[in-house]
Amino acid sequence: MRNFSILPLELCGVSFSAGGKKLIHDIDLMIEDGPATILLGPNGAGKSLLLRLCHGLLQPTTGQVIWRDLGRHMPKLHAMVFQRPVMLRRSAAANIDYALKLNGICRQSRKKLVAEALELAGLSDQAQTPARVLSGGQQQRLAIARAWACRPQVLFLDEPTASLDPQATKAVETLIGQVQESGTKIIMTTHDLGQARRLAGEVLFLHSGRLIEHRPAEPFFSGPATSEARAFLAGDLLW
Amino acid sequence: MKKTLGSLAAAFVLTLGLAAPAAAQEQFIVVASTTSTEQSGLFKHILPRFTEQSGIEVRVVAQGTGQALKTAANGDADVVLVHDTVAEEKFVADGFGVDRRPVMYNDFILIGPKADPAEARSQGEGSTVPALQKIAQAEAPFVSRGDNSGTHAAELRFWSQAGVDVKAASGNWYRETGSGMGPTLNTAAAMDAYVLADRGTWLSFKNRGNLEILVEGDPAMFNQYGVILVNPERHPHVKADAGRAFMDWLTSEDGQQAIASYQIDGEQLFFPNAE
Amino acid sequence: MSTIGESFAAALALILGMDPALREIVGLSLQVSLTAVFLAALIGLPLGALLALSSFPGRGAVIVLSNTLMGLPPVVVGLLVYLMLSRAGPFGVLSLLYTPTAMIIAQVVLVTPIIVAYSRQVVEDLWTEYGEQLRSLGAGRLSATPTLLWEGRFPLTTGILAGFGRASAEVGAVMIVGGNIEHVTRVMTTAIALEVSRGDLPLALGLGIVLLILSLGVNAATALLAMATRQERRLMRRRVA
Repeated sequence: MRNFSILPLELCGVSFSAGGKKLIHDIDLMIEDGPATILLGPNGAGKSLLLRLCHGLLQPTTGQVIWRDLGRHMPKLHAMVFQRPVMLRRSAAANIDYALKLNGICRQSRKKLVAEALELAGLSDQAQTPARVLSGGQQQRLAIARAWACRPQVLFLDEPTASLDPQATKAVETLIGQVQESGTKIIMTTHDLGQARRLAGEVLFLHSGRLIEHRPAEPFFSGPATSEARAFLAGDLLW
Repeated sequence: MKKTLGSLAAAFVLTLGLAAPAAAQEQFIVVASTTSTEQSGLFKHILPRFTEQSGIEVRVVAQGTGQALKTAANGDADVVLVHDTVAEEKFVADGFGVDRRPVMYNDFILIGPKADPAEARSQGEGSTVPALQKIAQAEAPFVSRGDNSGTHAAELRFWSQAGVDVKAASGNWYRETGSGMGPTLNTAAAMDAYVLADRGTWLSFKNRGNLEILVEGDPAMFNQYGVILVNPERHPHVKADAGRAFMDWLTSEDGQQAIASYQIDGEQLFFPNAE
Repeated sequence: MSTIGESFAAALALILGMDPALREIVGLSLQVSLTAVFLAALIGLPLGALLALSSFPGRGAVIVLSNTLMGLPPVVVGLLVYLMLSRAGPFGVLSLLYTPTAMIIAQVVLVTPIIVAYSRQVVEDLWTEYGEQLRSLGAGRLSATPTLLWEGRFPLTTGILAGFGRASAEVGAVMIVGGNIEHVTRVMTTAIALEVSRGDLPLALGLGIVLLILSLGVNAATALLAMATRQERRLMRRRVA
């Protein structure tokens, strides 16, 4: 279906400072197409920041974020879902339609794409419901559907289930799985180690703005290489 | 919702179209005049007759004499009808207006509280100046227009004849409102103060409180109105023909009769005296 | 009877009598103020949004200036517009002085700063909330402007109503540029001023009550429109379900 890929995503010496404080330290890394990449690490490790740098919402202070096969400004090929997605004050369908319209998709095709995205998220019955009236879990699924509607090659998710109950979490995870099956690469942060084990293909472990480990999920969870990762997995407080 | 907004917008645009001046629709002139003529209801009485005969609509902007002359000097009116002979003559001499004609007169009256604490009440020729002197002596509250109007100018002339320096008393017993005849009468009614007014405004004024006429019938209090055409050489857009038609009518027998026939409670307000 | 009592009686008589003179004055008031507010919104909403979303040197000063303009006395605005439209002024050839158009211009000048201030504040707050999400979806600041204005439609309506309040309540500006000419430029507020001048305080206050009812009508209509919008949505939802 796809005749070119924006992956791998390469970060070269990426640092980010704000307010005179260095929050991300010289990260070099390469993310390949494949199963989900999960960013782990304690609070303040810089996970969300790194996602925003990759997505292009923030510009690195030094270093470069390089996508393959793509000029710098083509956000439609990678999309992001925020921890608290902002829903526009209009119907669920119109929220998705809005994202498609921003990407210059014509009205005729939009109608079909909106229906498909709602279907995927299991929200077809809520198509005309004002988005802000939906429950937290429904809103999160709508946000994923909205981001996915433009068929991005990469989808960033920032703590997508942080404030959801287990049932809603399960629905969101299922949806993430479906998005992945459609061929979209998932790169996400999470606090939930169980979720990380369920979804991860590989793990990026961050601590204090540095990339400490970058390994396939299985060996990372069974035998972390660094003391920090070991402590983190054991549930110790890290700072 | 978008459709609703669209039709709303269309409705507004339509309104805007209607709001454009209906100038082309019929001929009209702008007359800058005084509050006394407008508020007394004189114009409402006489203008429909003129419009009916000539097909010319008269739009009256009622201001104080000073402001009316200024409006006309800027070219924002075609004709002025005011009552301050001195200022009118200067207006013509300065080249702002042409063809000044006397139209009518009414008279000023001195109003004051029924109790008359300054004992200013008097009648007939030469009664005004002594009455004002008594008010000044008693330092009884007096309210002045203070707005550079014809009435204000007349009042100041009387004070100077009375030898009273009102500037010195301003803010003390002498109060300047800086507003039209009506608001000044409202102030006087609220303060039980003395005030110089034109008879026309007084007769149509409703909020009299304790006030009544104390001094009247002094020929010095006659208040002459004149009509002037704004100089078309200075302001080429002035509708000279229509303006002259209005002036001709005002000073014609017909117009003069219309003025004379205006009464409030059986009392005539304006006395035509065109030459 | 007290003046207040007489005023209510006068107001009642005016309304029940459907006095044609009153109808004319009310009609012109609505026409002038609604047109002015519509134009002011057309100018003020995008201007406020632009001010909220753009950054340029002196932006702070421009905001302070536009906020200061909210406090402009109507008389001063009237005088400025008079000087512009007077035959002796730069736009004298247009013959707009003493017409409803002149009154609309003056009220646009009065109302625009209010709408600019409201829309700037509303859009600025919305951008804090929506900015990252909209940028992620591919919107720039410019293309986000209409979206944010639409998202802020409810608070913005309040700003527009405030503007209508200022327009319909002011007398100083329309008196100077309109001239309070009967059948041409006489509106509610100048009519009230005239009745005060004539000392007919009950009638003046009666007209004031009519103006208040008018304002109530406009506000109620806006509230109903907002409610109808929500109702419409609810119905649409039910139809789908």
